[in-house]
Amino acid sequence: MATQPKIEVGSDYKEKYGFFVPEDYVFKAKRGLNPEIVKEISFMKGEPEWMTKFRLRSLEIFRKKPMPNWGADLSVIDFENIFYYLRASEKQSKSWEDLPPDIKATYDRLGVPEAERKFLAGVSAQYESEVVYHSLQENLTKKGVIFLDTDSALREHPDLFKEYFGTVIPPADNKFSALNSAVWSGGSFIYVPKGVHVEVPLQAYFRINAENMGQFERTLIICDEDSYVHYIEGCTAPIYTTDSLHSAVVEIIVKKNARCRYTTIQNWSTNVFNLVTKRAMAYQDATMEWVDGNLGSQITMKYPSVYLMEPGAKGDVLSIAFAGKGQHQDAGGKMIHVAPNTTSTITSKSISKAGGRTSYRGHIKIYPGANNCKSFVKCDALLLDDESRSDTYPYNDVDAENVTLGHEATVSKVSDEQLFYLMSRGIPRAEAETMIVNGFIEPFTKELPLEYAVELNRLIQLEMEGSVG
Amino acid sequence: MADFEIKDLRASVEGRQILKGVSLDINKGEVHAVMGPNGSGKSTLSHTLMGHPGYTVDGGSVTFKGQNVLVLEPDERARLGMFLALQYPVVVPGISMANFLRTALNSHRGYDGKDKSKMVTPKEFRSLLKDELETLHMDDSFLSRYINDGFSGGEKKRAEILQMAVLKPEIAILDETDSGLDIDSIKFVAEEVNRMRGPNLGVLIITHYTRVLEFIKPDFVHVLVDGKFVLSGGPEVADRLEETGYAEWGHTEEEPKEVA
Repeated sequence: MATQPKIEVGSDYKEKYGFFVPEDYVFKAKRGLNPEIVKEISFMKGEPEWMTKFRLRSLEIFRKKPMPNWGADLSVIDFENIFYYLRASEKQSKSWEDLPPDIKATYDRLGVPEAERKFLAGVSAQYESEVVYHSLQENLTKKGVIFLDTDSALREHPDLFKEYFGTVIPPADNKFSALNSAVWSGGSFIYVPKGVHVEVPLQAYFRINAENMGQFERTLIICDEDSYVHYIEGCTAPIYTTDSLHSAVVEIIVKKNARCRYTTIQNWSTNVFNLVTKRAMAYQDATMEWVDGNLGSQITMKYPSVYLMEPGAKGDVLSIAFAGKGQHQDAGGKMIHVAPNTTSTITSKSISKAGGRTSYRGHIKIYPGANNCKSFVKCDALLLDDESRSDTYPYNDVDAENVTLGHEATVSKVSDEQLFYLMSRGIPRAEAETMIVNGFIEPFTKELPLEYAVELNRLIQLEMEGSVG
Repeated sequence: MADFEIKDLRASVEGRQILKGVSLDINKGEVHAVMGPNGSGKSTLSHTLMGHPGYTVDGGSVTFKGQNVLVLEPDERARLGMFLALQYPVVVPGISMANFLRTALNSHRGYDGKDKSKMVTPKEFRSLLKDELETLHMDDSFLSRYINDGFSGGEKKRAEILQMAVLKPEIAILDETDSGLDIDSIKFVAEEVNRMRGPNLGVLIITHYTRVLEFIKPDFVHVLVDGKFVLSGGPEVADRLEETGYAEWGHTEEEPKEVA
């Protein structure tokens, strides 16, 4: 942290993140959801028949499933008032120069090519529902690494795709995974062959740009034996006045002795409903790490999970959530110990201010016969004022022997003593509070690549502005 | 008119009046020592001067550079040129000492994230710290540690003086900086304070013991008992206390609580 540059933000936030370009879509489905729209989406994409059927079956499941009756209040979502599919340009561009100028302008402001130039191996930037820009360094391609948008992967690698798609999170898993399965579009597909270590992170930058548009990306990552990959997704949505729905599905398979890290920094605008299902299967001696930062959105419900399928598998969730006025972050993690000698940790840090609400919701399940497992959960909540709220809902089911299960939870406030101390050195109150909050989430920030750490600290600073009465 | 004027200052904590009318003139170039037994109001004086929210001013005034200090926020007082070395420096996890020092220095220079010409450069920052770290016998690794996190008592106090050296105040209040210090640390701290001593700095040392005054020679010594000065004079006052303690004001010598 010692070399971290001074961050400058504030006045340019709207300029930088709140902009939007006029809509100019090649195809835009009608509002609402019915089998005709689903068929149209599948047709427009030129999908094989099995996928069209999969979508239609998923739509049926979606209709039958009730809304979740726990967690955040989702009753205000009007599924009939959402656009389920848009495509911003006819086809994908291979190079930055080929992008349509308005889309390029959007990404220029987000700094995607800069990020790529610096150190990222590949950029797959999602604009609305189709991936319009995608690249991957040549040496990765030579090693057999596949990094595509999910639609292209279905076309170009149909067998590999069909073998794994929907196996980790079936449509019937929950109402929103069913919705995603019916109308999914875009997302990332990654395959890392046996023994290949991708040394630099692969990155995608997602954005929602159209009003009342749902974004239903679908990500599938397969880490073959002894491989390693770090995938990063960052989300920054423009500011809108009517509600948007983001409901992604992320499926990851981590095979024997492989390691996968999945990092998310999301900053949806505060009217977005962010309802995401993320799950990984970890096999023998494999490691799955979720690093999950939740800022923005009106409601987030997200519980990255790891199914520890074979002995020696290890699962980690490290998450932060920041809830401001009118926001509810219901986040946590799930660790399902199916096999013996598996270990898991969940570290959750939450910050609530100006009446915002954060909840930690976690599930540790240890199946019969999954003996000698270890699991540790740590939740720390920081409240910035008296009107804000934080709750923890830990659920533990242990049906095995010789299990070590730990749970630790703290709730604290920004202390007057810390604030006085920093201010007595000349640091203004708002900046001092931001420093304390950034210090609180430092165990998370230090796991991020420097550019993302800087971005996160900047977003925290924006969230903190004007927070002090 | 003195550079820093405290007039009839009265202050209370949780509804109980602790300071019952303290007046003191400090000029730059002078070193004042305020001595007193436990519970006499020493910490209340230091915290009230710096604007800690737990202390309520009941009356009196504090004037510095023509400003009424008592209406200012702690950060404004600091940027005006005041500094308080705390008796119990606070732990702030997750923020490195380097980040802390740099942010504080930038605040002093009026850098608000916009005008880069006001920002301290990495090179300048490094050279600024080098000598100070040497004098205080601290090594570089110190800068990457979190604020006071896991510091020994001596390290915390040296870190306070390091902050003072970097921020270069015009009025520095050292609140029991000697408590909990081994003799080596006292020497290092004293050496650094003596280095900074000069026509641009006024110092107010608050202490229970005379020990630190052997190393930092005060020009004036004031004895605080029950929220009021009962005796003021030159260095000889400290010598007198060394012999008789606070007994003549009804305080028998008790072992003060030492927190390392």
